Amino acid sequence: MAGPGTDLLRFATAGSVDDGKSTLIGRLLYDSKAVFADQLAAVEAASAAHGDDYVNLALLTDGLRAEREQGITIDVAYRYFATPRRTFVIADTPGHVQYTRNMVTGASTADLAIVLVDARRGLTEQGRRHAFIATLLRVPHLVLAVNKMDLVDYSQQVFEAIAEEFTRFATRLKVHDLAVVPISALHGDNIVTRSEAMPWYQGPSLLHHLEHVHVASDRNLIDVRFPVQYVIRPQSAAHPDYRGYAGTVASGVLRPGDEVMVLPSGFTSRITAVDGFDGPVTEAFPPMAVTLRLADDLDISRGDMICRPNNTPRTTQDLDAMVCWMTETPLRPGQKLTLKHTTRQVRCMVKDLRYRLDVTTLHRDETADRLALNDIGRLTLRTTQPLFTDPYSRNRTTGAFILIDETTNTTAAAGMINN
Amino acid sequence: MTPPLPTPTREHEPSEYRLSQLGVLEAESVHIFREVVAEFERPVLLFSGGKDSVVMLRLAEKAFWPGRIPFPVLHVDTGHNFPEVLAFRDAKVAELGVQLVVASVPEAIERGLVAEGRDGTRNRIQTPVLLEALDKHRFTAAFGGARRDEDRARAKERVFSFRDEFGQWDPKRQRPELWSLYNGRIHLGESIRVFPLSNWTELDVWQYVRAERIALPSIYYAHEREVFCRDGMVYAVNECCRPRAGEETFTARVRYRTVGDASLTAAVPSDADTIEAIIAEIAATRVTERGATRGDDRFSEAAMEDRKREGYF
Repeated sequence: MAGPGTDLLRFATAGSVDDGKSTLIGRLLYDSKAVFADQLAAVEAASAAHGDDYVNLALLTDGLRAEREQGITIDVAYRYFATPRRTFVIADTPGHVQYTRNMVTGASTADLAIVLVDARRGLTEQGRRHAFIATLLRVPHLVLAVNKMDLVDYSQQVFEAIAEEFTRFATRLKVHDLAVVPISALHGDNIVTRSEAMPWYQGPSLLHHLEHVHVASDRNLIDVRFPVQYVIRPQSAAHPDYRGYAGTVASGVLRPGDEVMVLPSGFTSRITAVDGFDGPVTEAFPPMAVTLRLADDLDISRGDMICRPNNTPRTTQDLDAMVCWMTETPLRPGQKLTLKHTTRQVRCMVKDLRYRLDVTTLHRDETADRLALNDIGRLTLRTTQPLFTDPYSRNRTTGAFILIDETTNTTAAAGMINN
Repeated sequence: MTPPLPTPTREHEPSEYRLSQLGVLEAESVHIFREVVAEFERPVLLFSGGKDSVVMLRLAEKAFWPGRIPFPVLHVDTGHNFPEVLAFRDAKVAELGVQLVVASVPEAIERGLVAEGRDGTRNRIQTPVLLEALDKHRFTAAFGGARRDEDRARAKERVFSFRDEFGQWDPKRQRPELWSLYNGRIHLGESIRVFPLSNWTELDVWQYVRAERIALPSIYYAHEREVFCRDGMVYAVNECCRPRAGEETFTARVRYRTVGDASLTAAVPSDADTIEAIIAEIAATRVTERGATRGDDRFSEAAMEDRKREGYF
C-alpha cells in the first residue's frame, strides 16, 4: 500500500456556532462535491422547515436529533472529503462548555488546526483558548480563518488588525507554522478559490493551503520507537517456529539488519525481518503497522519497547505532565488511576498538582487543589511499573498517555509528558 | 503592517517514507484489530457478506499473518438473504478456517424472542437477536464494519464504542478518544463495539477492493435481474420481496451498492460490471449509498440514531 495515490491530512476545526464553523465545514464539503444529492435535499427541506431563506449548509454537519432540536453540537464529529490532491479527515469540535475536552480530543490526531474567528468581534477569549489548545497538543500547523469578512465590507484594515494581534499572541505560544486567511464561509470567499471581493489578499485560498501544506516532515524519523503490541506465534504446520513482534512504528525507521535494544530487559538483538501483511518488506516507518522478527530468542511481550541501543527513551516511574481533565468528578492529589501509555497499561498515583493553568490568560494558579472538568494543569505522577517515554514535544506517541477512572472506567484525562 | 503571509506552499517532496491514504487507513485498522485481540478475552467479528465486512476480514487476516484470525465471525441471519451472499459467506469462512456463529432471526421469531413488523421487515428485530448472541457466547468486543461517512449519527461514533449491559449506545456517555490510545476497560456485562473502518469512505473501500483484488459477492457487479419500483427505488423480486398490486416487474441491469436484508436493500441501475467501472461510478455518484439503497434509513430523519441507541451495530 506504499507509494503513489493521494495522501491524508487530518485537521481539526475550532470555533463556536456563532463563528460560522458549521457553515465553513458545510461549504468545504459542498464545494468539494462531498455532499450528495439526497443529503442536500434533506438539508433544503430542513432549511425550509426552519424558515431559512437560504440553504443552511450548517445543517449538513448537525448530527444527532438532540442537537438539531437544541441547535447545539454535543461531541466531536468526523467528516470526510477528498480533492484530487488529498484526502481529508475533519475533526469537527463544538465550541460550548465542554469545549476544551472536545478540542483536545480532536487536536490529538490532527496535523493542522483551523481556528475560526468572527471578523466583527476579532480575537476573543475563545479564539485564544483554541489556539492555546492546538499548540498544547502540538498540532504542527495552525490556520487562523477570519470569517464573516462580508459583514465588515471585506475590509483589509479589519483583517490586518486581527492578524497582527493574533500573530503577537501566537509568538508567545511558539506556533511553528501559522497561516491567516480572510474568508466568508457563507458566500464562499477564499474557501476554494481566491475571492474577487478581497483583491488586497495575496495568499492562497483555504482549500489550496490545506491541499499544499507540507506535513511529511512533521514525523519523527530519527528516534526508533516500536511499542510491542502483540506477539504473533502461529505454531502451525506451515510456520512452526515463527515468532514475530507486531506493532505500529511510533517513530524512526527500522530495517532488517538493524541492531535493536528491547526495554525493559535491556537485551540487544538484530532485526532479521520486517514483515508486512503478507511477507517481508525492506523498511518500516511511521505510521506503518508491521511485525518484527529478531535474531535472538528473547522474552518479549506486549508493552515492551524496541529501540536502538544508542538512542533509547527514558525509563521512568515518575512523570511530569500537562493533563486535560475530562470527567465530572474532579482530580485531586493522592488519587489513583489507571494509565495507558503506548501499549502499556499501569496504575499510577497523583503525587502533586503543581498548578492549574488558565487557558485564556495563561496564568498559573499554584494554589489549586483540584482539576475540574475541562481544566488543564501540571501534575507529577508515580507509576507502579516503569514506562518508556519521550517528551511530547519530541514524540506525539511516546509522549502521550490517557488516565482512566478505575471505578467508572471512563477516560478521565489526556496527558502530555514534559521535558 | 502587512498581514503574515501563509506559509509558502511547496510541492510535495518525493518522500521515501510515504504511505498513500489507503496505506494509512490500512495501518490504522490493523492497529485496531491487534489492540482488541491483545486486550479482550472474547472478540468476534460481525460478518454479513457485505463489502465492508469482507474488507474487515481481509484486514484481520493481515493483522495476524502468518497466524490465523484469532476470533470467530458472527452472522445475524435475518432469513431474508441473497443466495449469492450466503454462498459467499460459507466459502469465505471455509477458506480462512474461521469459526462461523449464526444468530438466526427466523428462529428467534419462532421462539417468540422477537416479532416481525406488520410490513414483514426484520431490520429492527435484528438487534435483540444480536444482543442475545453476544450475551450467550460471552463476546466482550464485536468488530463492526460501520463507517463514519455513512450517516450523521455515525459521524460521532467512536472507534471503541462503549455499550452498557443492555447493549445500548448513549451518545452523551461515549468516552473521549485520544491519539491511538483506545480505552477498552469494561465491567462484567458491558461490551465494546469496535469499528476498524471508522475513517474509511465508500470510495476508499472500493479502491482497497481493487488494490487488494478482494473477491466480493457477485451481486455487487452489474447483472440482469427481475425487479420492480417502490418509493423511487428498485427492488429485486425474490421470496421475501414481492411486488404489490400495481407494481410492475421488469428485467433491468442492476447492481447492489450495499448488501443487507434482502427485503429492504434496493439495487441501483448500473452497467458497472468491473471494479474499475464501479469506482468510476462511485466517484461520480451524487447520492449516498444508504440514501440510494436502504429502505430502513428513510423512515425518519433520525432512523439510524434510534436504532443505535437500541443496540444496533
